[in-house]
Amino acid sequence: MSTPVITVEHGAVGYDGRPVLQDVSLTVTAGEVVAVLGANGSGKSTLIRAILGLVPLGAGSITLFDRPLRQFRQWQRIGYVPQRLGAGGGVPATVREVVASGRLARRGILRPPGAADRVAVDAALHAVGLADRATDPVSTLSGGQQQRTLIARALAGQPELLILDEPTAGVDAASQEAFAGALRDFVADGGTVLLVAHELGPLRPVISRAVVVHQGGICHDGPVPDPAGHHAEPDHDHVHPHGPDEPAGLWSN
Amino acid sequence: MELFQYPYMQRALIGALVIGLAAPALGIYLVQRRLTLIGDGIGHVALTGVGAGLLLNRSPVLVAVLVATAGAIAIELVRARGRTSGDLALALLFYGGIAGGVLLVGLSDATSANLNAYLFGSLLSTSTADLVTVGVLGAAILITMIALRPALFAISHDEEYARVSGLPVRTLNLLIAVTTAVTVTIAMRAVGVLLISALMVVPVATAQQVTRGFRSTMTAAMALGFFAAGSGVWVAANADTPPGASVVLLAIASFLVVAVAGAIWRGLRRRAVPASMTAAEPHEVVLD
Repeated sequence: MSTPVITVEHGAVGYDGRPVLQDVSLTVTAGEVVAVLGANGSGKSTLIRAILGLVPLGAGSITLFDRPLRQFRQWQRIGYVPQRLGAGGGVPATVREVVASGRLARRGILRPPGAADRVAVDAALHAVGLADRATDPVSTLSGGQQQRTLIARALAGQPELLILDEPTAGVDAASQEAFAGALRDFVADGGTVLLVAHELGPLRPVISRAVVVHQGGICHDGPVPDPAGHHAEPDHDHVHPHGPDEPAGLWSN
Repeated sequence: MELFQYPYMQRALIGALVIGLAAPALGIYLVQRRLTLIGDGIGHVALTGVGAGLLLNRSPVLVAVLVATAGAIAIELVRARGRTSGDLALALLFYGGIAGGVLLVGLSDATSANLNAYLFGSLLSTSTADLVTVGVLGAAILITMIALRPALFAISHDEEYARVSGLPVRTLNLLIAVTTAVTVTIAMRAVGVLLISALMVVPVATAQQVTRGFRSTMTAAMALGFFAAGSGVWVAANADTPPGASVVLLAIASFLVVAVAGAIWRGLRRRAVPASMTAAEPHEVVLD
């Protein structure tokens, strides 16, 4: 029996009174790779933002690692990859500096970085194939390389759960392959993944289950739908048995 | 150089150098979060504190620290709520601050020369007690901004990611706001409330034209701020110019020099590298 990592029960989210998600229930167990699919504006990004506590839940409950979201403090167990790197005010930052931010959840804000932090940052840069760009400003990288920088930042924290928001949107083929490889390694080491995607591309073989969000509700929870259909049929209600029974071990301390 | 044998000139110089180092160390975070003009706004609010201090016969600098801190916290709370009305709320606070300052100074026995010293800085007004305040608070700002750099970089670079990392985002934001207020008020005597923002921002703008990373930008900006403050006070003392204006104009002059030199250097390099080489470089693509 796998342990649930994320549990959403009857979750609802609204922006300014306009409902975006209604009565959404979802469970992700350890070792699964779950893709949240859906059209633009379906609410799929809102779902993961709610799970991360970035948008408040209007109703229902969310549990992370057996803790209610409100009481959850072990953020080092989660690696978050946003859709893109914010432009900010234009102060340059090297790839390494951005990736090193991923260590803060584990290290805390007062302790200066040590040898363990350097090793983890090196390993993360290596995993996404950016070790040779470590001292370059992130603004000189391509969109795909910037996306890989953000994945390395999440990996540097050595999380048990990766949550990714459209990691492959507008990303070149080489970066998509590098990303799929990094994700495979992460899962092979016992990691759990929840990712939002518009299309899966080279990620498809890695995904163990797909959840389709349609008009603020979940209309499919099961095997990855055929890409030919673009999205799953709304009446498809097959529930897939849960993913492999691997303990989340190697990425945790 | 003889001028610097006078203790008041030494005090002015040391005070300016401390501010020259501390202001860009804070300013880099403000630039990164696109809050470049916040120092200016808090300066307006600090002026009300100066007026209140003069009226109540208390130390204008200390009252200004309190009032500016309160204003900075109010601004941060408005910013964090992210409402569109935030822009208007800031405008109200800024203009209320400067109008309140001018009104209170007018009610007190202070002269307009007194007000000018706070608006644009004055070399002669730095007392030993002021210098101690500037030294202690300046050192505190420097230590905080450097020691917390990874965390402050993270919240300035990607606030949502910092929140998901479990960082105390609200506390760190308030820390930056309060530090801004303290920096503005201690710099009042040297460069004046209306020009202090320049010393936070211009050295960063100069440095980031040639640097590649955040840490190197911060170091270079602090060096530039130190240089601008030192040479500005020297020019002011020798040419009898207002110190704040001299410091800021020197900082802007170095920005222009670096901008022009950078453009020329890039132009030369482009000509030196054959066209086939640039085409083969794979990593210069910037999407988005």
